[in-house]
Amino acid sequence: MKILVPIKRVVDYNVKVRVKSDNTDVDLSNLKMSINPFCEIAVEEAVRLKEAGIASEVIVVSIGEKACQEQIRTALALGADRGIQIETSEKVQPLTVAKLLHKVVEQEQPQIVLLGKQTIDGDNNQTGQMLAALAGMPQGTFASEVKVDGDKVHVTREVDGGLVTVALSLPAVVTTDLRLNEPRYASLPNIMKAKRKPIVVTTPEELGVDVSSNIEVLKVESPASRSAGIMVASVDELIDKLRNEAKVI
Amino acid sequence: MNILVIAEHDNVSLKADTHKVVAAATAIGGDITVLVAGLNVGDVAQHAAKLTGVTKVLVADNACYEHHLAENLGLLVADLGKDYSHILASASTTGKNFLPRTAALLDVGQISDIISVIASDTFTRPFYAGNAIATVKSKDSVKVITVRTSAFDNVEETATADVVAIDNAHDAGISSYVSSELTKSERPELGSARIIISGGRGMQNGDNFKMLEEVADKLGAGVGASRAAVDAGFVSNDMQVGQTGKIVAPELYIAVGISGAIQHLAGMKDSKVIVAINKDPEAPIFQIADYGLEADLFDAIPELSSKL
Ligand SMILES: Cc1cc2nc3c(=O)[nH]c(=O)nc-3n(C[C@H](O)[C@H](O)[C@H](O)COP(=O)(O)OP(=O)(O)OC[C@H]3O[C@@H](n4cnc5c(N)ncnc54)[C@H](O)[C@@H]3O)c2cc1C
Ligand SMILES: Nc1ncnc2c1ncn2[C@@H]1O[C@H](COP(=O)(O)O)[C@@H](O)[C@H]1O
Repeated sequence: MKILVPIKRVVDYNVKVRVKSDNTDVDLSNLKMSINPFCEIAVEEAVRLKEAGIASEVIVVSIGEKACQEQIRTALALGADRGIQIETSEKVQPLTVAKLLHKVVEQEQPQIVLLGKQTIDGDNNQTGQMLAALAGMPQGTFASEVKVDGDKVHVTREVDGGLVTVALSLPAVVTTDLRLNEPRYASLPNIMKAKRKPIVVTTPEELGVDVSSNIEVLKVESPASRSAGIMVASVDELIDKLRNEAKVI
Repeated sequence: MNILVIAEHDNVSLKADTHKVVAAATAIGGDITVLVAGLNVGDVAQHAAKLTGVTKVLVADNACYEHHLAENLGLLVADLGKDYSHILASASTTGKNFLPRTAALLDVGQISDIISVIASDTFTRPFYAGNAIATVKSKDSVKVITVRTSAFDNVEETATADVVAIDNAHDAGISSYVSSELTKSERPELGSARIIISGGRGMQNGDNFKMLEEVADKLGAGVGASRAAVDAGFVSNDMQVGQTGKIVAPELYIAVGISGAIQHLAGMKDSKVIVAINKDPEAPIFQIADYGLEADLFDAIPELSSKL
C-alpha cells in the first residue's frame, strides 16, 4: 500500500517568534526553518510501516514556496521514496490545503494519509480532519499508536480523558501526536541518496484549486506580557505571599 | 443571528466546557441552540436547557453518536449547521476532532481556539504557541469556531429552554469504537481546577508525583505535568499542559521542576498567579512567575505540604 505524508515547512520549534512592528504578521526573516515536528513523526511512522513490509511506497507532499523542497529532501533522507511540491506563495488556509491534498489523494490513491495533528505556526489542527471529510475517509486523529490489521487500521488516540482506540476502514486519514514515535536522524549516506530521489513540482492552478480564502487576518499582536514577579527566600515566605498578598490559597 | 453550540459531555453529565462555549455564543449575540448528541443523554439535555442564554436544546439520541465518532457527528452537525450563522464547539479533543470535518462538508473554513469575540464575524486567536495573537475576520456564510474555554467565564443556570428530540441518524459506517483507557481521578479536572500543581522532568519518576498529590489534596488542586514528564512515563498523557496538551488558566499555577519551554508556557501563562519552584536560578520559568522559589523540590515540596 501507498502512504501519503503531507509535511509543512515551519519555523523551528526552538525559536520564539516576534511580531512585526507594523502588526501585519510575525517576523520570520533569518529564522531557522524545519519540518513541522508532528509531520516529522508522520514521516517516521510511514517509513516504519514500510520497513515492516506493510507499506510499499512513501510519498511526501508539501505546499509552499520553493524553499519547502528542503523539507521534502529531509523527509526523503529519512526514508520517503519520492516528493511532490505544490508551489504557491499564498499563505494557504487548512481548507485550501485539504482541497489540494484531496487532488493528490485522487491521483495517488494512498491507503493511508498520515499528517501531523497540528502545525506549530498556525496551531490550527484542522487539515487532516478536513481532508478526511472531502475524501469521504474515516479519521484517527492525535494518534499514539497505529496498527494496520487487514483492511482496517486501529488507531489509539490521545484524548482529554486518556486514550481511545478506534477501528477505521482503509483508506483512512491518521494524524500524529507526539508520543507516536521518536523520529530518527538522517544518516549521511541517506542524505546523499535523497538527492537523487525525485521531486515533482505542480501548482494549485494545475490541480484546479482556488487558493483564496474567506478568512482574513486583520492584524497580529504580541500577547499581553506578564509583569516581572519576585523571588521568595523560603517556603514560609511563599505561603505568606500566596495567603496574604495574592490571596489565592 | 442563529448560533448552534455543540454540547461537551460523556453521555452522563454535561461538561463545564459547554457553559464557556455558551458564554462565547452570548458574546456573539443571537439565538442560541445547543445540540446534545449521544446515547441516553436525557439528563445531559435537561442540564443544557438550564444554561443562561440558551433558548432551545436539540437532542440526537442514537447509538451512532455514543462515542462521538467524528465521521458520524461531523455529518450530523453539517446537516443541522447549514441553517445557522455560527457553529461553536469547545477546543477539546472532541471538538477538534469532528468540527473541522463539519466545516469541510459545509465548504467553509474553521477558526480554531478563539479567545475573544470582537464582532459577530471577527475574533482573536493565539498562534505560534501563543507568541502572537491574530485578529481574524470570516466572510464564510457559516462561521465554524472552536472556543478556548480557559478564556471565557461560565454562564449561569437560569434558563428553561425547550428540549426537542430529533431523529437524524447519520452512521457513516466507516469507523467504530474499540476501547478506551480513561484516567479516573478524584481531583478536579485541569480545565476547571481553581488551582493546578504541575511537575516536570525534575520530579524524576512517577512515584514522586505523590508529593504533588499531597499538596494538591490540601489545596483542592488538580495535578498537571510537562511533556517531558509524560514522555518519560512518569504520568499519563491527559495530564500534559502546553501548546499541544491542555490549555489552562487557573487562579494559581504551581510549576515544580519545570524549566519553562515555550511549548509549556503556551498552556499556562494566562494563569492568574504563577509560582515556580526550581533549583536552577536561570530557568526561564522564573521570567513569568509571580513568585519564584529557588530550591530543591525534594526539600521544598514536603515542607510546603506540611505547612499548608
Ligand atoms: C511540537 C512540540 C510540542 C510540545 N508540546 C509541549 C506541551 O504541550 N507541553 C510541554 O510541557 N512541553 C511540550 N513540548 C516539549 C518542550 O519543548 C520541553 O521539552 C518540555 O516542556 C520540557 O519539560 P520540563 O520542563 O519538565 O523538562 P526540562 O526542560 O528538562 O526541565 C526540568 C527542570 O527541572 C529542574 N529540576 C531538576 N531537578 C530538580 C530538583 N530536584 N528540584 C528543583 N528543580 C529541579 C531543572 O532545573 C529544570 O529546569 C513540546 C515540544 C515539541 C517539539
Ligand atoms: N502547507 C502544507 N503542506 C503540506 N502539508 C500541510 C501544510 N499545511 C498543513 N499540512 C498538514 O496538515 C497538518 C495539520 O496542519 P494544521 O491543520 O494547519 O494545523 C500538518 O501537520 C501537515 O501534515
